[in-house]
Amino acid sequence: MSRRVMLVEDEPNITEAIRFLLIRDGWEVETHADGTDAVEVISSAKPDLVILDVMLPGKSGMEILTELRARDDLQGLPVLMLTARGQSRDRDLAEKAGVSRFMTKPFSNSEVLTAVRDLHAQATQT
Amino acid sequence: MVRDTLTGSRIRERRMIAGLRQADLARQVGISASYLNLIEHNRRRIGGKLLVDIATELGVEPSMLTEGAEAALIATLKEAAADAGAVAAEVDRAEEFAGRFPGWAEVLAQEHRRAGGLERTVETLSDRLTHDPHLAASLHEVLSTAAAIRSTASILAETGELEPEWRDRFHRNINQDAERLAESSKALVTYLDESDSSEERRGVPLEEAEAFIAAQGHHFPALEAGGAVGDQKLSGLSSSAAQTIAREMLGIYLADARAMPLADFMAAVERHGIDPLTLSREFHVDMPAVFRRLASLPQGALPQDVGLVVCDASGSILFRKSIPGFALPRYGESCPLWPLFTALNRPLVPIRRRVSQLGRTAGEFDCLAVSWPQEMPGFDRDPVYRSIMLILPVPTAQTGGEDAQPVGSSCRVCPRDACGARREPSILSQGF
Repeated sequence: MSRRVMLVEDEPNITEAIRFLLIRDGWEVETHADGTDAVEVISSAKPDLVILDVMLPGKSGMEILTELRARDDLQGLPVLMLTARGQSRDRDLAEKAGVSRFMTKPFSNSEVLTAVRDLHAQATQT
Repeated sequence: MVRDTLTGSRIRERRMIAGLRQADLARQVGISASYLNLIEHNRRRIGGKLLVDIATELGVEPSMLTEGAEAALIATLKEAAADAGAVAAEVDRAEEFAGRFPGWAEVLAQEHRRAGGLERTVETLSDRLTHDPHLAASLHEVLSTAAAIRSTASILAETGELEPEWRDRFHRNINQDAERLAESSKALVTYLDESDSSEERRGVPLEEAEAFIAAQGHHFPALEAGGAVGDQKLSGLSSSAAQTIAREMLGIYLADARAMPLADFMAAVERHGIDPLTLSREFHVDMPAVFRRLASLPQGALPQDVGLVVCDASGSILFRKSIPGFALPRYGESCPLWPLFTALNRPLVPIRRRVSQLGRTAGEFDCLAVSWPQEMPGFDRDPVYRSIMLILPVPTAQTGGEDAQPVGSSCRVCPRDACGARREPSILSQGF
């Protein structure tokens, strides 16, 4: 059974690196670089997990997360949030909005892989 | 324990500082050592000649023994205890502590004040990071590029067999990102260097544009003479955002100058005085335009200085022309009692209030404020308002005759405890 990740990130080289890593780890990866319609794209793709950048064109990752959590069909979707802003206030905001895991840039590949595997495992156990 | 019962403790402290034995001091002032012991433990009241004699022997003023440490010191100690939060300090014994250990109390108070100063610095820097879009964007750029390089480099280093096309692609990506990182880091360092070295607080585009306007004395003779905004030299502004804001400000200035030519406007002021309503009717302009025009006249054109402040509907200050005696903070800290904000609740209704801003240089000011829709809203759209306030100092001879409404600059430095609009405790004591 395939495991599918939606990566919402506007930095093409980060997207390429994470996509490569996840494909090597057996994931099916879809990418999207714009915040404006990210919620609709995620809703339509129905991935097992979302990796979401905070600063996106059109709509911020925080707004997208809030909208995802407001929808019945996406409430439980694991979301790993990536941000260059590691301030505790941002972390608090993300946690209040319902983030599953919060990771600051620059991150290591192993951190990303571990987080994605853990979140997926937790989601499938529940 | 109340303050006037602590005279004995202070005598004991001062005696020990002077290096005198209890018996020696008692003999010098003609009492028994056991009686002095009772006094020093606050079990006997003391006053009159005996107090004066003891003070003389200890080389201090009698009031030093009766009044003890300064009230400000005690207030600072109580503030330090309150700020300590979970640590349970004996607040009710602050006076006793200050009386018995004045040196330690002063050290503690100094450290508390120093911590307060450092907190303010951190707040300012944090505030700047939050509100300075250029700095935030630069840091985001640097960290995102670093993340891309780290991730790509790890793939190259840790992936055993990598297909040649993937390897080449990642090499190219690293090369691109390394160049990007070098450029963005250099730009960031230049930006921070400029911010640190400038006398003005540069970096925040709004402030930079405001400083540019202030440096010209809020008056632009070339625009008065019909010049174009585009001819103004904005090259001194470091960011394109600041240049854009300055151009917008100058565009408004130019429109006001055309609607109210300088010579005509000065003649009208000569006839009517600083009467915004009459001036707006005469020139067929709205009140905010008259306020702006009054604040942009050449230095000395009016018999008094005028201040000006503009905010948007969120209360964020968009423009300030400062005036002595009326502090105008920037970031979301302004006193909500200012008529500027009252006007936001009553759009298009001119408001005049005489206010007194508390502080060392407290004076009275007539504040004229009005809010207006930023643009004509479309159907079924809510208007977005801005508010403007003209600040006119009241001559000293005319102060005190009318009930001036007390206002502050911001809660943190406002000493008025009994204020329903207070957002946070003050760092000052009442009567500062």
